[in-house]
Amino acid sequence: MEATTYNYKVVRQFAIMTVVWGIVGMLVGVILAAQLIWPDLTFGIEWLSYGRLRPLHTNAVIFAFGGSAMFAVSYYIVQRTCQVRLWAEKLAAFTFWGWMAVIVLAAITLPMGYTTSKEYAELEWPIDLLIAVVWVSYALVFFGTIIKRKVKHIYVSNWFFGAYILVIAILHIVNSAELPVTMTKSYSAYAGVQDAMVQWWYGHNAVGFFLTTAFLGMMYYFIPKQAGRPIYSYRLSVVHFWSLNFIYMWAGPHHLQYTALPDWAQSLGMVFSLMLLAPSWGGMMNGIMTLSGAWHKLRTDPILKFMVTALSFYGMSTFEGPMMSIKTVNALSHYTEWTIGHVHAGALGWVAMITIGSMYYLIPRLFGRESMFSTKLIEWHFWLSTIGVVLYIAALWIAGVAQGLMWRASNADGTLTYSFAQVLNTMYPFYGIRLLGGAMFFVGMLMMAYNVWKTVRLGRVVDDAPIPQAVHA
Amino acid sequence: MSDFTHGFWPIYISVLTLASIIGTWVFLRSQTTRKLAPGEKPELMKHTWDGDLQDLNNPLPRWWLGLFYGTMVFAVVYLLLWPGLGSYPGLLKWTQIGEYEAEVRKAEAQFQPVYAGFMQQDVVTVAANPDARAIGRNLFLTYCSQCHGSDAAGARGFPNLTDGDWLYGGDPDTIRATITDGRSGMMPPMGEALGAQGTKEVANYVLSLAGRPHDAALADVGRPKFAENCAACHMPDGTGMQAMGSPNLTNNVWRYGGAEAAIIESITKGRNGVMPGIDQTLGTTSNKEAKLHLLTAYVYGLSQKQ
Repeated sequence: MEATTYNYKVVRQFAIMTVVWGIVGMLVGVILAAQLIWPDLTFGIEWLSYGRLRPLHTNAVIFAFGGSAMFAVSYYIVQRTCQVRLWAEKLAAFTFWGWMAVIVLAAITLPMGYTTSKEYAELEWPIDLLIAVVWVSYALVFFGTIIKRKVKHIYVSNWFFGAYILVIAILHIVNSAELPVTMTKSYSAYAGVQDAMVQWWYGHNAVGFFLTTAFLGMMYYFIPKQAGRPIYSYRLSVVHFWSLNFIYMWAGPHHLQYTALPDWAQSLGMVFSLMLLAPSWGGMMNGIMTLSGAWHKLRTDPILKFMVTALSFYGMSTFEGPMMSIKTVNALSHYTEWTIGHVHAGALGWVAMITIGSMYYLIPRLFGRESMFSTKLIEWHFWLSTIGVVLYIAALWIAGVAQGLMWRASNADGTLTYSFAQVLNTMYPFYGIRLLGGAMFFVGMLMMAYNVWKTVRLGRVVDDAPIPQAVHA
Repeated sequence: MSDFTHGFWPIYISVLTLASIIGTWVFLRSQTTRKLAPGEKPELMKHTWDGDLQDLNNPLPRWWLGLFYGTMVFAVVYLLLWPGLGSYPGLLKWTQIGEYEAEVRKAEAQFQPVYAGFMQQDVVTVAANPDARAIGRNLFLTYCSQCHGSDAAGARGFPNLTDGDWLYGGDPDTIRATITDGRSGMMPPMGEALGAQGTKEVANYVLSLAGRPHDAALADVGRPKFAENCAACHMPDGTGMQAMGSPNLTNNVWRYGGAEAAIIESITKGRNGVMPGIDQTLGTTSNKEAKLHLLTAYVYGLSQKQ
């Protein structure tokens, strides 16, 4: 018998875990920011040391928080825009428990010090295998649902989800090729500069597809829904979708400017990074222009404020990124706090804020309510997050540029003007501002958790959202 | 894995790169539609999803197209001037190693006059010159202070350079050798050979050598064990041997701590002290000889009583 309702159970599970992992990941981030000011903060306990917690933070916010959000919204959107229930629901349930197992294993092994030492791909080979199995299952569920869709035309969000699922599978499998030695130790299949190039091809496209393409898919559903307006330009969607995905693939070498990477590869990384500016801005513009005719809603609707602010940060950081890929700029910015500021403009400003806005739209609907328990709390959350991000990135811009300039400053006799410790000393006030900004963002997440808790308590589980029988053109 | 040295690969890269840029250009051209006339409404696409999701079909904004084409033009021009298309070197013949070498040559020429005078003088003379000391201090802060501290007074595990006590010797030539090639100090663990009680006895004998409070009975038992196990490097009287870098145990200078527990730990587990040589750190930087000379003089001067 054909299903008459959508599967919201797996969406609900992932949506709740998005909030939980968001809090965990950001708490670890706040601890790390504090450790930079007070290195002995965690009493010398080795598994709480900076080097162990740092990969835990990045994995938790990217793959636990961001990943859970993407599973939730892609399962929700693919069903509703295809007008069918998920294909292979048992497999979908497996993706939830499998992904949670990956996260728990990461939370255990990373503090214990087990790592491949590849950034954003630190997890050891048994966990890599589990990730591959979960991800292929995810692809089967997603594309299976697309195949059995009732609506002939595929909605734009699903193009982006499809690209992200496909590319992440390729990136993960290629970059994680490794020779196991024991259960907890492996060596990369690549050596030397080739290993570095594969790693940053992976690393940059993890940003490009996990944190960009995927979240653009999210944006393309929730902004028109929340604004109640049609998307600005179908043609622009098509053009920036193909150009973004195509050009992103080339940009990885900009992480290796002025290294052992051959000169030609560095140049290609740079020019394709610059060519990435217009495709990135295409997405931002299509989202922001969708609001034309609905600008007045921004005054009263904090969810829409989250989404539009997210797009603004997306536009800002996708301008900053290509600029930083230019060799001469990179010579100053690389290895400084500026890079961390840039990443957080994208990660907090874009990824987290579009996710938070979307969750405030999604969660009440998953629990049979019209809206969240408190709009006022969303408003508070919005301002805390926005001011928090601005403090964070402004502090690290100043810190990063100062750091880069101090490192290269030299005296009339050719010696360096500043020792490493003197430069570090200059960083402290900015580390303080960054801690404050990060803490504000974290407190906002706690408010969200309370708001979600109250919403869920007041609501009821919806397992029977009906699939409309009339099929759209 | 292959190093891709075959002549096919540069061609492959060039063709793929140019085809990608041209392909993007053609794609963009093919998707460009006419601008909307003043007052003209954009087309609303026929499809609807999930109740109310629709698309308008505004043409691609002109400024955005301009930006996109502009970056492509930049890319092509850049790839003509700089290396990028496989093995094609670019019209400017720029290489990263070439840029580095040019900067080093420039620094070499620019700062050579600053150093020339000092190169004529021996270390002792240079060490007494305030200008040289200022330069030496900057070099010290850059290369040495991470371990030895900004004041050169060291830290646990890292020798104090101001106290006149030298592991390997404090004459100019030895200091220069230490700085240039580094040092590897290794004391083997003696815990198993001595046993817990034996270790405690030897530790008390070592305390007695330095004139510190100790258990005289234990020290007496420890004396022959010291002679048997430790004297080969630390000498029978405990004054150490600079040829091996074995510390003097009688002068109350302790790199790893002089309390009984710290000494027992040193004896039981042994110690490995590694100082990296600056020769490799300096690599091919400018005025390398002068930097070594000035640094040697600065470190030499640290322990000379003014």
